[in-house]
Amino acid sequence: MTTELPVLTAKDFASDQELRWCPRCGDYSILAQFKKVLPTLGIPQENFVVVSGIGCSSRFPYYVDTYGFHSIHGRAPAIASGVKGVRPDLQVWVITGDGDGLSIGGNHLMHAIRRNVNLKIILFNNQIYGLTKGQYSPTSPLGKRTKSTPLGSIDNPLSPLSVAIGSEATFVARSVDVDTKHLTSILERAAHHDGTAFIEVYQDCNVFNSGAFYYASKKGVKEDNIVYLEHGKPLIYGADRDKGIRVNEGNRPEVVELGSGISEDDLLFHDEQAEEPSLAFLLARMRHPEFPEPVGVFRSVQRPVYDMALDEQVSEAIEQQGPGDLDELFSSGDTWTVE
Amino acid sequence: MAATDVAPANEKRTEERDTIVIRFCGDSGDGMQLAGSQMTNVSAVFGNDVSTLPDFPAEIRAPAGSLAGVSGFQLHFSSNDVFTPGDEVDTLVAMNPAALKTNIADLKRGGTLIVNQDSFASGDLKKASYESNPLDDEDLLAPFDVHKVEMTRLTRDAVDGLGLSPREADRCKNFFALGLVYWLYERDATPTKNWISEKFSKKPEIAEANLKALQGGQNYGTSTGSFRVHYRVPPAQLTPGKYRKITGNEALAFGFTTAAKLAERPLFYAGYPITPASDILHELSRLKNFGVRTFQAEDEIAAMAAAVGAAFTGEFSITASSGPGICLKGEAMGLGVMTELPMVIVDVQRGGPSTGLPTKTEQSDLMLAMFGRNGESPLPIVAPATPGDCFWIAQEAMRIAVEFMTPVMLLSDGYIANGAEPWRVPSMDDLKPIQVNHPTESNSEDGFLPYLRDERLVRPWAKVGTPGLMHRLGGLEKSDGTGNVDYDPNNHEHMSKVRAQKVANVAASIPEQEVFGAQDGDVLVISWGGTYGSVRQAVKTLSEDGCSVGHAHLRYLNPFPSNLGELITRFQTILVPELNLGQLVQLLRSTFLVDAQGYNKVQGKPFRISELIEAIKSRL
Repeated sequence: MTTELPVLTAKDFASDQELRWCPRCGDYSILAQFKKVLPTLGIPQENFVVVSGIGCSSRFPYYVDTYGFHSIHGRAPAIASGVKGVRPDLQVWVITGDGDGLSIGGNHLMHAIRRNVNLKIILFNNQIYGLTKGQYSPTSPLGKRTKSTPLGSIDNPLSPLSVAIGSEATFVARSVDVDTKHLTSILERAAHHDGTAFIEVYQDCNVFNSGAFYYASKKGVKEDNIVYLEHGKPLIYGADRDKGIRVNEGNRPEVVELGSGISEDDLLFHDEQAEEPSLAFLLARMRHPEFPEPVGVFRSVQRPVYDMALDEQVSEAIEQQGPGDLDELFSSGDTWTVE
Repeated sequence: MAATDVAPANEKRTEERDTIVIRFCGDSGDGMQLAGSQMTNVSAVFGNDVSTLPDFPAEIRAPAGSLAGVSGFQLHFSSNDVFTPGDEVDTLVAMNPAALKTNIADLKRGGTLIVNQDSFASGDLKKASYESNPLDDEDLLAPFDVHKVEMTRLTRDAVDGLGLSPREADRCKNFFALGLVYWLYERDATPTKNWISEKFSKKPEIAEANLKALQGGQNYGTSTGSFRVHYRVPPAQLTPGKYRKITGNEALAFGFTTAAKLAERPLFYAGYPITPASDILHELSRLKNFGVRTFQAEDEIAAMAAAVGAAFTGEFSITASSGPGICLKGEAMGLGVMTELPMVIVDVQRGGPSTGLPTKTEQSDLMLAMFGRNGESPLPIVAPATPGDCFWIAQEAMRIAVEFMTPVMLLSDGYIANGAEPWRVPSMDDLKPIQVNHPTESNSEDGFLPYLRDERLVRPWAKVGTPGLMHRLGGLEKSDGTGNVDYDPNNHEHMSKVRAQKVANVAASIPEQEVFGAQDGDVLVISWGGTYGSVRQAVKTLSEDGCSVGHAHLRYLNPFPSNLGELITRFQTILVPELNLGQLVQLLRSTFLVDAQGYNKVQGKPFRISELIEAIKSRL
C-alpha cells in the first residue's frame, strides 16, 4: 500500500523566523542546501526533527519548519538520542559546531556515534567560537591568535573526522559550505544512511575567522588543495587533474605527479565500504598544506542501528513474554494472603 | 504456615514474642544481605509485618575481615504494625570479630548473641583490632545470652561429601546461620529452599550444599544444648489482601511502569549507574514487554538530556540518580523547566556533599531540588514516605508532570530505596490512568501556538509527528503564546511569574495535609521522606501516653498542601526532624513566618524512635 505524499519544496521548509546570522555567513548556504534536500526524501514534513546545541550554527532549527529543538551547549546528540529512543520512526538531524560538538559536547558526540543511533549529524567547523565573539576552538590551528590566545594558541587541535572514525562511525563525510552541489549530494547520502551519519562542513565565519577555508573553497585555489573522494576511483586532483595520492611503502600517503612513469593505477583507490576504518583514518589525517584535503564520503558501512535494536528488543520481549500484565508483575516473587 | 504448638521432642521451650529485631552482620563477602533478605521473605510470607535496614559498605569488597568491610542487614518483624527497622537489636548474628566489634553496641541488654566462633582466631582478631579474644571477655559478654557456634566447622561437616573445595564450603555458612535463626524463630524455610533451588539450578552441587547448610543450621538448633528456648512471633493483623515484599526502588519501577501501562504508552527511562539509584534502572530494563525503553547514557548529563528529548516527542519520560548525579543534571533540568515539558527526575538521596556517603541515607537534597538550577526555575517536588509508597508517588509525580507540563522532582532516599516492607498488591480498581491530551490541530488562527496556555497556565503537548503542529522549542526565553525567542524585559518577567504560578497551581490538584494524633495543641511534628516510620511511631507512643502531639508527614514539598499554613497555627510548637542540618525547617520558616524548630541528624542512619521521643518530650 502506498500513500500519496504532497509534493514539498524548499519553501515549505522555511519557517516564519527572521534569519539572524551575520551577512555572508557560511551558515546561509548550508541552510539553503538543507532545505533543498529535505523535500526530496519522501518523508512527511512532520516526521523531521532538527536538534541543535548552542552556538551560531545551533540557531538552525528556528529557520526550518519542522519539529525542532534549540537545546543547551553540547547536549544535542544526547537529546536527539532520547528522541530516537522512543521514536525510531522520526528522521532526526543534529546541528552542531566545533565548540559545541567537540569541546563541551565531545562525550555525547562520541557516544551517539559509537551506538550508531540513527542521527544525521552536521558539524559546522569554522575553527572559532563565533557566538561568544572570537575565542579559539578545539579545531583552531596551533599559533592561532584570538581574543583568548593573544600570543597564539598552544592547544593542539583535533580533527573532527578522526574523532568520528575513532568512535566507530559508520558514515563519515566532509563538504564545504559554498560547494553547494557537493554539499547537497553529501546531505542526501547522509539522509539515506542507516545509523549515525557524521558530516563535517567547512564553514566560513567571515567575522571572527574570515578566510580560514579559502584554500578549500575559492575557485582557482581549491583545485590544488582538495581532492574529491569517489568510491572505487583513484585520488586525483589539481587544476589540471595531474596530481594524485599514492600510499608509499611506509603506508604513508604521498603526493605524486601523474605521467613520468606514474599512472592512475599506482594511485590510492578510494573504498568507502572498507570494513576496517584505517583507510578512512589515513584520509582524515591528510591536512592542508602538506596534502590536499579529501572531501566527500570517507566511510559508509552497515552496522546494527541502536534505536532499531532497542525497538526489536521491546518487540521480542512482547512476543516472548506477552504484553506486560500489571497483576502478574505485582504478584511476581513470593506472595502471601492475609485473610 | 503457622508454627506448631507441640513442644519439640527434646523438650525445648517455645515462648511468644510480639516483635523481634534481628541483625545479621559479617564481612561483605559473607552473604549477609542475602541472609537478611531471605529472613525478611520468610517472615513476610509467614504474615509478620516487617521493616528492613540493609547497611553495607561503599566498597564492593573491602579487605576481608576488616572493620571497613562489615556489612549488616537489620530486620524488624512483628505481630503488630511495624514502622521502622527498630532501634535496638534483640538478636545479633556476628560472623567475624570485625562484625562483633562494630555492632555489639546496638544489642540490647539480655539480647541474644550468636557468633561464628571459628572466625575468632588471631588473624581476624588482629584485623578487627582486638588485642585479645572478646569471646573470652566475660565483662563484655555478661549482659547477653551468648551462643558461640563453630559455624565454619559445622558448615563444612554439613556439606561433606559433595566434593566442594573448603572455600566453596565456607561460602555456605550464611545459610547455616540462617538455618539456625529459622529454628530460633520457628520460620518455615520453604521459600528459601525454593529460592536456592531456582538460583543455583545450573549449579546443582552448590544448590545442594546450600540446602544442606540451611538444614544443618536448623538441626543444630534442635540438637544443641546451647539453645533452650525458641520464639514464636505470631502473624500481624494486616489489612486483608495479597501481599509481597517490596523495596523502594522496586516500587518506583513498578509505579512508573504502571503509569505508562495504564495510559497505554511506552515509558522512556534514561539513567547512568549510581548508588543507590541503579536498581531502578535494573528493574525497568527487565520490563521491556511493558514497552519500557531503558537507555544507559554515557553520563548523568546525557541521561537528563535524553529524558528531555523523549518528553519532547510526547512520551512519558523519567530519569533517576543520586546527589552528585543530580548536580550534573541541573542544566538540562532547567531546559525542561524552560521548555515546559513533562518528566520525572528521581533523586535517591545519599550522604553528601560530593561523593559523600554513597551507601548511607540522608535528606540533604531538598534545597538542591528547590533551587539547584540557574535562574528562577521552580518545579514541583514530591517525596515517598515508605518503600511501598514509592509505587503511588511515582504515579502521582508523573500525573503532575503531564497535567501541568513540568519536570517533577521525586525525592527518595537510600533508606527507602533499599529498605523493604510488606506491600499489599493493589487491585486494578485502585489504579487510575493519567489523562493525556495531545492536540491534533492548531489552537489559533495564526497556526499552532506551543505556549498558548489554559486556565491553569498549562501549555499544550503536541506529539512530534502530528501534521500541522510543527514548532520549535529551546532554552532561550520565549514569547508567551508563540514560543518565539523573546528578550523583551517585561516578557521575561511575565514568563518567570507564569512559570512560578503554574507550579503554585499544582496545590489545587493535591490532597489537603492530614494530621495524625492531636489536631491542635502543644507540638506538631512535621516530617518528610523516609523518616515517616520513626516519627509516626514516636508520635503514636506519646499520643498513647496522652501527650498533645500531632504528626504531619509531607508527601508534597513544592508546592505545599494548601491547608498547611493553617494547620501550623493550631500548635504551640512546630518541630521538624530531618536527616540534614535543617532544610524543610527553613522552607517552613520562610513560607509561613513560623518559629519552627529543627531536630537534625546526619550520621547516615535513620532516626531512632527513642531519640525522637526525647526530642518531642522536651518541647511538651
